[in-house]
Amino acid sequence: MDKWESNKAWFLVMPAFIIVAFSAFIPLMTVVNYSIQDIFGPGQSVFVGTEWFKEMLGNYRLHDALWRQFLFSGLVLLIEIPLGILIALAMPKRGWGVSACLVILALPLVIPWNVIGTIWIIFTRPDIGLFGVGINSLDLLDVPFDHTAKPLYAWITLLAMEVWHWTPLVALLAYAGLRAIPEAYFQAARIDGASSWATFYYIQLPKMRGVLTIAVLLRWMDSFLIYAEPFALTGGGPGNTTTFLSIYLVKLATMQFDLGPAAAFSLIYFVIVLLFSFAFYQALLNVGRGEKA
Amino acid sequence: MKIQKRTIALCIYFGLLILPIYWMLNMSLRTNADILANFALYPADLTFVNYINIFTDPSWYMAYINALIYVFMNTAMSLAFALPAAYAFSRYKFLGDGQMFFWLLTNRMAPPAVFLLPYLQLYSTIKLMDTHIAVALAHCLFNVPLAIWILEGFMSGVPKEIDETAFIDGYSFPRFFVTIFIPLIRAGVGVTAFFCFMFSWVELLFARTLTITEAKPITATMTRTISATGLDWGLLAAAGVLTIVPGALVIWFVRNYMAKGFALGRV
Repeated sequence: MDKWESNKAWFLVMPAFIIVAFSAFIPLMTVVNYSIQDIFGPGQSVFVGTEWFKEMLGNYRLHDALWRQFLFSGLVLLIEIPLGILIALAMPKRGWGVSACLVILALPLVIPWNVIGTIWIIFTRPDIGLFGVGINSLDLLDVPFDHTAKPLYAWITLLAMEVWHWTPLVALLAYAGLRAIPEAYFQAARIDGASSWATFYYIQLPKMRGVLTIAVLLRWMDSFLIYAEPFALTGGGPGNTTTFLSIYLVKLATMQFDLGPAAAFSLIYFVIVLLFSFAFYQALLNVGRGEKA
Repeated sequence: MKIQKRTIALCIYFGLLILPIYWMLNMSLRTNADILANFALYPADLTFVNYINIFTDPSWYMAYINALIYVFMNTAMSLAFALPAAYAFSRYKFLGDGQMFFWLLTNRMAPPAVFLLPYLQLYSTIKLMDTHIAVALAHCLFNVPLAIWILEGFMSGVPKEIDETAFIDGYSFPRFFVTIFIPLIRAGVGVTAFFCFMFSWVELLFARTLTITEAKPITATMTRTISATGLDWGLLAAAGVLTIVPGALVIWFVRNYMAKGFALGRV
């Protein structure tokens, strides 16, 4: 579709621009301001240049949180994407079952994020949780299951929660991609006598590429920002073993009031996310183009 | 009729999906003493005492009302600001349109934790701390961009000839926009409203930081209950169940658009 060329369109964009800028620019400038000063109290501050950045870049806690974050987001993708595709493939193509599946799948997505944490506390606690009591009664583990006791258990619980929470999103996206494939492709495959694996590999997977790219990037970025669920479930513990970037940042900013380092960290974090955003932006635009072509 | 293996697998998956939610529902229908004393797969002595507690204690039910107030405010604001902007992006080429569209997306993707500190300062400075409008405004950070992206997806599906015909017929822009264009994309407006509602409803970090008592939402109330001693699991579970209700009620209407909304209108 050819668009009209007119800079008057800015009048339509302006209100939205102002309200988002109010919430985005001013705070970001404040962060920049904090990051280059040492603040002792109101009106008492010293310009320190890039000192906080140097300190944060060499900070081993930040490095640990960053690697933890990459590991977590990577594992999340490895589990959720294949699982989501399998669910989408197994879903019915027509009839009342479609609506039922969609509604059940969407259910975890509309639960407040910290309530997700609460649900999983109640579900996995060794004294009252179905999972906790269940797995301990089997007596298979050396150390009884308790997500506060052992880092491995905390990680398993967090990953299970994350997979439970967000795999439906991947499935919904993959299903939308599958439904957009014209029936003629499958008829052609049947005539050629293609196996179901060949149909998947040569027809369904390439046709889903656009939505799967969106799914991968969306899951990667959102799991990179994860805060409320681990905050409610483990609080970053035991020790610091589940302290991801956001949790560490909030700890630094609100519990220790290290404004300078926290601000420098914020900006580093923001730049990382900005790079991912750009990749995501390109993917979104390409999907739009692919379908119209 | 032969039941396929994949159908069985799907049913098992859905079972696992429902199980944690069922467990919370189960807890919410039992008293705390009962929960701690007995392990039961279903509530033997069905009791609604937890729900009655919530609906009679102002610190609980006001938390729901607070959350609903700022969520509705935010949804209305997001739609009002996003509708004209989305129209501009879908119909016009203008200076910096691509950059602007990308910049909006970065706000949807920005870590809320980054904005935490400056928000505390900003909202204290303009004397809006602990008000509903503060949370509604803060949530505009990600909901206005989200709404613009989703609406643009829907608007680009409407042929431009409709606009041209209307302008030739002598419609002014505002009249065309309100009486012809918005009714054409009403499904899109509904879906966008749902997603704004949902993302505002599920958010915790801003809502907890910007409120103290007067506007404290249910999600924040629940985290404070967790840290208190003598945790009442039944009450907590009942509060959790009630937070699922608003979303679950409207899923049915947007079930076919869930993927489109999460993919920012691009699927």
